[in-house]
Amino acid sequence: MDLFEYQARDLFAKHGVPVLDGDVIETAADAAAIAERFGGRAVVKAQVKVGGRGKAGGVKLAADPADAVAKAEAILGMDIKGHTVHKVMLAQTADIKDEYYVSFLLDRTNRTFLAMASVEGGVEIEVVAEENPDALAKIPVDANEGCTPEKAAEIVAAAKFPADVADQVADVLQQLWKVFIAEDALLVEVNPLIKSGDGKIIALDGKVSLDENAEFRQPGHEALEDKAAANPLEAAAKAKGLNYVKLDGEVGIIGNGAGLVMSTLDVVAYAGENHGGVKPANFLDIGGGASAEVMANGLEIILGDTDVKSVFVNVFGGITACDAVANGIVQALALLEEKGEAVTKPLVVRLDGNNAELGRQILTDANHPLVQQVDTMDGAADRAAELANK
Amino acid sequence: MAIFLTKDSKVIVQGMTGSEGMKHTRRMLASGTQIVGGVNPRKAGTTVDVDGTEVPVFGTVAEAMEKTGADVTVIFVPPKFTKDAVVEAIDAEIGLAVVITEGVPVHDSAAFWAYAGSKGNKTRIIGPNCPGLISPEQSNAGIIPADITKSGPIGLVSKSGTLTYQLMYELRDLGFSSAVGIGGDPVIGTTHIDALAAFEADPETKIIVMIGEIGGDAEERAAAYIAEHVTKPVVGYVAGFTAPEGKTMGHAGAIVSGSSGTAQAKKEALEAAGVKVGKTPSETARLARELIG
Repeated sequence: MDLFEYQARDLFAKHGVPVLDGDVIETAADAAAIAERFGGRAVVKAQVKVGGRGKAGGVKLAADPADAVAKAEAILGMDIKGHTVHKVMLAQTADIKDEYYVSFLLDRTNRTFLAMASVEGGVEIEVVAEENPDALAKIPVDANEGCTPEKAAEIVAAAKFPADVADQVADVLQQLWKVFIAEDALLVEVNPLIKSGDGKIIALDGKVSLDENAEFRQPGHEALEDKAAANPLEAAAKAKGLNYVKLDGEVGIIGNGAGLVMSTLDVVAYAGENHGGVKPANFLDIGGGASAEVMANGLEIILGDTDVKSVFVNVFGGITACDAVANGIVQALALLEEKGEAVTKPLVVRLDGNNAELGRQILTDANHPLVQQVDTMDGAADRAAELANK
Repeated sequence: MAIFLTKDSKVIVQGMTGSEGMKHTRRMLASGTQIVGGVNPRKAGTTVDVDGTEVPVFGTVAEAMEKTGADVTVIFVPPKFTKDAVVEAIDAEIGLAVVITEGVPVHDSAAFWAYAGSKGNKTRIIGPNCPGLISPEQSNAGIIPADITKSGPIGLVSKSGTLTYQLMYELRDLGFSSAVGIGGDPVIGTTHIDALAAFEADPETKIIVMIGEIGGDAEERAAAYIAEHVTKPVVGYVAGFTAPEGKTMGHAGAIVSGSSGTAQAKKEALEAAGVKVGKTPSETARLARELIG
C-alpha cells in the first residue's frame, strides 16, 4: 500500500525523522488558519500518489493566508496524470541550501534490504541512477542487524555526504530505519532530504509503501487506506475477503490460484483478439478451496459489475475436487437467485483436474439456462470472449 | 531419483495439529510420504491418530529430528508464528524446510532468509506462500495433489500452485521426477535457478518445465543461468501478460512496477536463452510433449 506524502510525513515524525510542520486539508478555506500558524507563508502541495506533481503545477508557494486559500483552491480538483487531487498539504516554507536523497527498500534480487543515498537529491532518483550511477550509493542492510550507527556511517561515506552534515544524516538514516522496521514498510524514501540555511537536515518530501501482509500486527495501517479512491467493486470484494482487482474489459473472470487466474486473463485477452477485442473485466482468485459460499460471493461481485457481458469460471480441481466446485456453482446461483439478484449474464465453466467428470455431470444435470461448459481452458476462453462480444 | 525429496525422506510437520496442518498431514500420509512426527510444544509427548497411523508429537524440531531422523519439515503455522518456526528449523539444521504459510510479512521472510545465511545455509528453504514439492510415487511435502500424475521424466519448477497442478495434469501420462512450487512472494528461499541446477544434475529428469509470473527479475536471472549451465531442454510459461502496472495480482510478489517485471520481458529473456515459451498452459504442455518425442 502506497501512502500519501502527508501520511509519510506523519510516520516520519512519529519515529523522530526531522520534518517541517504541515497539515492536510480538503477544503481551500481551511488553508488560511494553517498559513497563519506558519507565519503567513506556506507551500501548498497536491496529495497524489504519482510522481511529477511539481511539473504538473501541483506545488505552489503562497505568500500569505489569502494566497494560500487561492492556491489551495487552484490545486484541489486538479487532475495530475489521471489522479484527481482531493487533498492538499500545507507545509512550512524551507530555506534550501542543498538537496539529498536517502531510502531503505526491499532488494528482491538479493533477498535483502538496501539503503540508497545520494547527494544529488531533489530530482527523480531513477534519472540519477541512469545518468550518473556513481552518484547513487547502494549499500545492503542485513535484516537482522539493521541500520546500526556503523552501517549509517558506511552509507554516509559511500554517498560522500559533506562533513558538516555527515553526523546529522547518519542520525536521520537510523531514524528512517526505525520507520522501515516499526511500520513493516517495503519502501521509505526521503527526496529531497535538505540542508537548510541554518545547517539543519530535514525530510522535505517522502514516500512510504507498507506491506499489507503485516496488517495483523499493524492495527493503525487500516486507517491509512485511501478508501475514497478505491473502486467500489474492489472495496466490496475486500470486505468479503476476496482477492479482486477491477480491470477495464468485458469478460468477468473467476478462478482458483493467483497464477492460474493471471494465466486466465491472458488466455481471455488472446481469445478476445478474434472477438472484437474484448478483454478480461477483473482478476478474482477464490483460492484453492473454492467453496460454494466463496463462489457465491465471487459471482455476486462479478455479476454486479455493469461492464461484464459474460463470465468465465476457470477452476482446476486440485485440493478441492471438481464435484464440490460444481456443487458450489449450482448452490451459488441458487443463493443469488434467492437473494433476488438477477443472474442474467452467461457463464462459461471449465472444470479440470480431480473428479472433473463428476463435476461436469453435476452441471449438466443442473441444466441452468445460463451455464455452458467447455472442457479446455483455451476453448472456454474463446467461448466467453465470443459471448461478451454479442 | 528426484530432487530435494525422495522416498527415503523423513518428514515432520510444524503446525500439524492445526486444521490445515492436519488436513494435509492426512493427504501426505495417504500418498505414501513417511510422516514421522509433528511439532507442537504444547502437545509434546502425545500422539495423534491420523487415519489409523499414530503420529508422535514433539516439543521441538531438534527433538523430533533426534528421535526420528527427520530430514524434512513442512510448516503450516499461521503467519505471525512463521518466522519463529523457520528459525527453529534453521537452528536444528534440518535439511529442508517447506514453508506453506501464505501472508508472511516480507520483513519476516527477509529476516529468516538472512538468518539462514548467517548459519551457513544448512537448511534449504522452499517458500513461503508455496504449495511445496512432490516427487510422485515417492514423497509429498506440502499440498500438491498426489493423484494428478505418476513419476516420469519431467522436472517442474513454478511460482504458482494451480498452474503447477494444471501442467502436471496436462502432462499426466508422461509423469514427473519432481514438481517444486517455489511460491509467489517477493522474498523466497529456493529459486528457479536452484531447482534448475538440481534438475540438470538429476539423471531421471529429461526435460524441465519452468513456470514464472510477473514481478521481480527471477525469470530473467533464470534465463541467464539456463544459457550458461543447463544442457537439458527447458520449456517455459509466464503468466500475467495482461496485468496492468502497479496492481498486485494475488501473489504479494506479482506486480509490474514501471518497465520491470513484465511478462513480455521475461518471455523474451527466456527465448533468448533457447527456452521454448508457450503462450498458454496448453501450448506449453504441447511444447514439452514435442521435446520428449
